[in-house]
Amino acid sequence: MIRYSSGALTLVMVILAMTLATSCSHKSESAAPPRATAFGVAIVESSGGKQIAQTGSLLPQPVVVQVNDESGNAVAGALVEFAAVPGVAFDPHWGLTDSSGQVTTNVSLGGMAGRYQITASTLDRSHKKIELKLEEIALGYQQMLGRLLNEQYCDRCHNPESTVERVSNYDNLEVKPHPFTEGDTLNKISDADLTAIITYGGPALNKSSLMPAWGNTLSKSDIQALISFIRAVSDPPSRSAGPIYAKD
Amino acid sequence: MNEKSTSLWHKLFGDPIRAFGVASLIFLISLAIAPAKNFFSEWRHYQHGYLRMIRNRSDANTLQRRFQGGIQQIWLPELGVVDRCTSCHVGLKEASLADVSEQPFRKHPPIPHNLDQFGCTICHRGQGAATTVAEAHNSTLAWEQPILPAKYIESSCGQCHRGPLPGTPQLNQGRNLLAREGCVHCHTIKLPDGSTMKPADDPPSLSHIADKTTREWIYAWLKDPQAYATTATMPNFKLSDDDARDMSAFLIANSTPVTGDTVTLSAKPSSDPATGPSLYGESFCASCHAVQNAAGNIVGGDVGPEITRIGSKLKPEWLQAWLRNPRNYDPGTGMPHYRFDDPQVATLAGFLEAKTDSDLLANVHLEPPTPEQIAHGKRLVSDYGCASCHEIAGIKKPENFAPELSRIGSKPITQLIFLPGMSHTLPDYIAGKIRQPRAFSPGLKMPQYNFTPGQIDALTTALLALNERSVTLPPSLAVPATPDTDYQPAGKAGKLMTDLACFSCHRINGHGGDMAPDLTWEGSSVQREWLVQFFKNPGTLRPALIRRMPRFNLTDGEVNELTDYIMTVYQNPAIDRDSMPLSGYPQGQVELGKQLFYGKYSCQGCHIVDTKVDKGYIGPTLTHVGSRSTAAWIYQWMKNPQALRPGTIEPNRAMSDEDARALTAFLISQKGGDKREAAKK
Repeated sequence: MIRYSSGALTLVMVILAMTLATSCSHKSESAAPPRATAFGVAIVESSGGKQIAQTGSLLPQPVVVQVNDESGNAVAGALVEFAAVPGVAFDPHWGLTDSSGQVTTNVSLGGMAGRYQITASTLDRSHKKIELKLEEIALGYQQMLGRLLNEQYCDRCHNPESTVERVSNYDNLEVKPHPFTEGDTLNKISDADLTAIITYGGPALNKSSLMPAWGNTLSKSDIQALISFIRAVSDPPSRSAGPIYAKD
Repeated sequence: MNEKSTSLWHKLFGDPIRAFGVASLIFLISLAIAPAKNFFSEWRHYQHGYLRMIRNRSDANTLQRRFQGGIQQIWLPELGVVDRCTSCHVGLKEASLADVSEQPFRKHPPIPHNLDQFGCTICHRGQGAATTVAEAHNSTLAWEQPILPAKYIESSCGQCHRGPLPGTPQLNQGRNLLAREGCVHCHTIKLPDGSTMKPADDPPSLSHIADKTTREWIYAWLKDPQAYATTATMPNFKLSDDDARDMSAFLIANSTPVTGDTVTLSAKPSSDPATGPSLYGESFCASCHAVQNAAGNIVGGDVGPEITRIGSKLKPEWLQAWLRNPRNYDPGTGMPHYRFDDPQVATLAGFLEAKTDSDLLANVHLEPPTPEQIAHGKRLVSDYGCASCHEIAGIKKPENFAPELSRIGSKPITQLIFLPGMSHTLPDYIAGKIRQPRAFSPGLKMPQYNFTPGQIDALTTALLALNERSVTLPPSLAVPATPDTDYQPAGKAGKLMTDLACFSCHRINGHGGDMAPDLTWEGSSVQREWLVQFFKNPGTLRPALIRRMPRFNLTDGEVNELTDYIMTVYQNPAIDRDSMPLSGYPQGQVELGKQLFYGKYSCQGCHIVDTKVDKGYIGPTLTHVGSRSTAAWIYQWMKNPQALRPGTIEPNRAMSDEDARALTAFLISQKGGDKREAAKK
């Protein structure tokens, strides 16, 4: 009987295996990267780090990195590869440096709000990997709302940089407001205190009366959105801004 | 091998009793598989993972108490939602899990809607009833719609919200592009509320084009519109040389002249290199028209066309007639009728004619056309649907020239033809089609647009919102848009305002542009004498704002007509202009107002009253506010600025009546005294 049941067991195992077999996943083979014709010793950022975009969307400016040789001159024809956590898309994924030693890529951030670390890497002559890490900021819905409110109400005084469209009022103020990237200061102020300053104005916390009270103009959820934006862009990052998405 | 399996068969089923035993065993085991399968299910695995994760947290007790095992489901019969996503996404509603990045345990980021009222798939798509990751997230044979990529998530807001929302910039941009870039000239888009999306661009009529430009320019333009102006809306139809030759021949042959369309002035264009640019600057042409500078940047407004190479396009006689009165050629144009005199027209025309690009037409040499070429050109003009956008005498605007897009967001994937290597999803198909329409088939008529990747994402977002759900939605959930009114001012002043194209920049009663201030309550806001002076010599009220308002060389009669109309008609019902005097406030009240201005309310952070001390660069300069604004307006503004101008950045300070009155007294006393004193000296 034991002999027979072991045969039956094999049969059952086969049926089991067939029942439990899940659909196989196809992994698409992407094209191989081009061959590097030159090698550098350093990779540096030309532009495009620390940008802010909505979750899942394209960064407003492309990311440009440059490969240099020992004497700091640009290297043309070096292979640069971009990498990040899944969900971040690069267009293109890799490229050979052009005549000015640069590779340009358009980056779409992942679907979660937070900071994304992207890595640009190239190989030196001995095939050792040289890496450059950049950080980009993805804003969720609430932080995007905060960003729009910031542009409408806060930025004119709190951002010292002027643009063609918007002249900064920062230099005109006797007591200088804190730019929202000033993490060293702002990260020490609690959410409750920030809410109080925005709602009741600077004097509420013994700060400048040039900061008016916004409690009758902005709703509670507006103010929450503003704080979530301030936390998202502060540098160094605020603890409440959430995790950093980095590829290990 | 065959023998062996036969013997195995014989061993198992040879004897009827043994066969019965084996069959029963198989039956029992397969019965046991069902619960086992349930036991090993994915959602159970994730729920165990969740419990493991929260075990070591400080808030473990609360989280454990709130945890509910088993398959969870949000069921909303009126929306057709059966979402079991919360079976695996266990921590979605746990506020304290904000620091967790591990999926599927992350807290849902804050949104304005309650998850229990809307479920998940309304926004994220995917198969809500599925209980495995593969079936819920991806498209399967039985379910086409995979999870919506995060970058198009705003399209889901657009299913219910038919107007722009502050939190959906991408959707708003996409909808604007659909209207502004001319998509809806060819593609009909019926909106879920039953209306049809209207184009927001204004492609010129081509019925009189020979008055305006040459056949050579038309040829070059047809071949590559962006070579003439990088910001041109006209897409590239990738025409062959012969086709462009024949189409340009037809358009010229088909054109009829309009009386007064071309003039030759007695005045000669000025050769003085300074007068042209200064008149161009004084007339604030750059408020609406852009020019590409040497660095390649586009500088100027986008209300009118870019004029970098305008000299290569326009015939001088037409340009002069246009500058004298544009409404003669195009009664509906957004260009104001400046009251230029002949020497001014000559100067400005001379300046603009010099903006040429010798490369543009250098290689265009066209023989006089044959009748066959003209006939062929006419056929091409109909085939390419030129009349969908442009008015062309003799050619009817085609109906349903391109596929209707009213339900494009629910188009079945089986009806789409994908390019090799492309992922088989609807968003990728739509984006790919916008990016490079002819890649899908060289014979397609859809032209090549010049969109940036961001614009393509925005357009795709807006199109994905046009889906079945947006139509089948319970009407109570739909948030209607507030469409622009078609307000038109009446009478002589109304005609004058149309002639000056006030609505190209200003908004009144829900109609008009957004470049300049809304004038709906202007009559309550300003004093009559100030308005008269402003028309004669406009300036900007804000130190950091570029002035954009042109001077129109109005006659005194015209100024009076406009001023009377604005002062009478554009009044806020809540403000009685004459309820508060413009002077004569007690000195003590003025002093109190001054103290409040510099102390309690610190208005000098944004405004300037005393040019020697104050530096505020945000709000209007207030040195002359006492001769500009009415006291009743200032008082109401102090009380609640947003009630008068929704969205203004002046904060509402919830002032007491006393404070507001004192500030009004102080501000109304600011009548530009400094200047008069300086003049006395």
